[in-house]
Amino acid sequence: MNVNPAPSTLAQSTRAQPAPALDLTDVVLDLGDGEASVRALDSVSLRIEPGEFAAVVGPSGSGKSSLLAVAGLLSAPTSGSVRVHGTEVSGLGPGAAARFRLENIGFVFQSGNLIPALTAADQLRLAARLAGNRRLDPEPLLRAVGMERRAGHRPEQLSGGERQRVGIARALVNRPPLLLVDEPTAALDRRRSAEVVGLLAEQAARFGVAVLMVTHDHDVLGHCDRILEMVDGRLAEAAAVA
Amino acid sequence: MFLALRELSFARGRFALMGAVISLIALLVVLLSGLAVGLTNDGVSGLRSMPATSFAFSKGTITDNAFSRSLVDPQELAAWKDAPGIASAAPLGVSSVHGTANGQQIDLTLFGVEPSSFLSPAVSRGERLSGPAGIVVSETARAKGLELGSTVTLDRIGVELTVVGFTKGQATFGHVNVAYVPLATWRLIASGTAKPGPPTQAHVDAVAYRYASAVAVQAAAGAAPDLAAIDARAGTVSMTKAQAFNASPGYQPETLTLTMIQVFLYAISSLVVGAFFTVWTIQRKHELAVLRAIGASAGYLLRDGLAQAAILLGAFTALGVGAAVALGALMPSTAPFSLEPAPVAVATVLTIGLGLAGAAVAILRISRVDPLTALGGNR
Repeated sequence: MNVNPAPSTLAQSTRAQPAPALDLTDVVLDLGDGEASVRALDSVSLRIEPGEFAAVVGPSGSGKSSLLAVAGLLSAPTSGSVRVHGTEVSGLGPGAAARFRLENIGFVFQSGNLIPALTAADQLRLAARLAGNRRLDPEPLLRAVGMERRAGHRPEQLSGGERQRVGIARALVNRPPLLLVDEPTAALDRRRSAEVVGLLAEQAARFGVAVLMVTHDHDVLGHCDRILEMVDGRLAEAAAVA
Repeated sequence: MFLALRELSFARGRFALMGAVISLIALLVVLLSGLAVGLTNDGVSGLRSMPATSFAFSKGTITDNAFSRSLVDPQELAAWKDAPGIASAAPLGVSSVHGTANGQQIDLTLFGVEPSSFLSPAVSRGERLSGPAGIVVSETARAKGLELGSTVTLDRIGVELTVVGFTKGQATFGHVNVAYVPLATWRLIASGTAKPGPPTQAHVDAVAYRYASAVAVQAAAGAAPDLAAIDARAGTVSMTKAQAFNASPGYQPETLTLTMIQVFLYAISSLVVGAFFTVWTIQRKHELAVLRAIGASAGYLLRDGLAQAAILLGAFTALGVGAAVALGALMPSTAPFSLEPAPVAVATVLTIGLGLAGAAVAILRISRVDPLTALGGNR
């Protein structure tokens, strides 16, 4: 097992290649102050290429969510470099970070985290409007995730798997180069879990989006190009899935 | 407003409940505004309709009920007539009387004015003041059964006065209809020498009583006379017309009470709306965190929240104001109630504006929502 491999060992040659979708270098994240301080991420380096599907597994409290938070510009790292699609983002303020997320990062949350007042179609329209697109036709994306017949339904009228499908479509609306996926199968049974992650992999490949997925569910790792393991804030390459 | 409108529709039960409270507050505020205007009209419309700019009272007169306490003599009147910056100064007699007309008891405030002075009222029906037995009464006195030609017999002294005209619009003082009477007749009645029956010219000419209650003053156009300096020379104490309103019986306590109730209602409205949006924002905290995480700016969410509050306040305030106007139309004409466009507009704007201020304070919480909380199993 290669613990915290240097970027050069993880990435292929960068010459004549597009910038990595995500490039973390020696990222440290300390949470809390003084004696209560906890090192959530300990010199984490990670590089994900465009179109690559990477999964991070590990026990609760190992730092998986902190990794997503730093990669998604929701937490600023204590030290180290975070580059998304070639742009250094570790020093962005909250406003600039929100703008950057809007255009470059899609989030898929646990249980979809959809807005209760909005129908499936409106979930997509809102995400598009936030990015300045007021004329989005949500139908093609909803069809891509098999939800075109549920376009007028609100989250309370959808099953857990359907909510996740809508969540995936919402994350793809603004065509981000990077998808961050937080425990997408936490509330689903095995069959639905496989469907949702399969759909995620399919759509990511279709749009050429890199995916960093955090999960407890080892049954869905078959869809991933790479599997990394997080233990006590340190990242290790666990295995490669062909 | 994309999200705001859909949330209003989605949580329509909660918003309708809040809207009902806003409507009720708007209804109360507008009804109180109508009551305040009505009471003001009842209290001082007689004074307000006078083309005077100030009034001079005898020295030492305290503000409350100044018109019935003060007595000015011809020297004081003359001093005002000759003062610089004064276009006109005329004596005004004010007293309350009780009488009977058409077999019904009636209360009147007698305004004694010289028929040839600027205080002589214009009439909507009948004739202006002239003869010693004629009176011009407030148009609102018709609701008490007075008509042209009606005779009012004053209690105890038996003086009979005949209605010769009605004023243009309401003319009341201290919630009592005003009857304009020639100053000479007013002096006859005030002197206690009047005989039963209609006053004649001979009666009024024989009266030695030369006092009036106050001097009504009309400043020259564009002039700002030094009232204090003229007071010092004339031995009087002056009040502007607006200050003189407080000399109407009960005017100040009534207006203060109603103003206080209105202020409390505005404060309650602002607090209730603020409390509602505080709870609403707290309930949406996770949803807002998700929106922040997917890239919504704090500004977008603040604008959306404020638009939602504005729609709620605007729609339900309009409903409350509409209901108040409808209720106002059903008020009996004898009730001291008058809905005028300006006070209704002010009440509407204040209800919406202060409610929006309360909502804004609550909605500012949105800017403190941490998008990091969108991660994890909170939903």
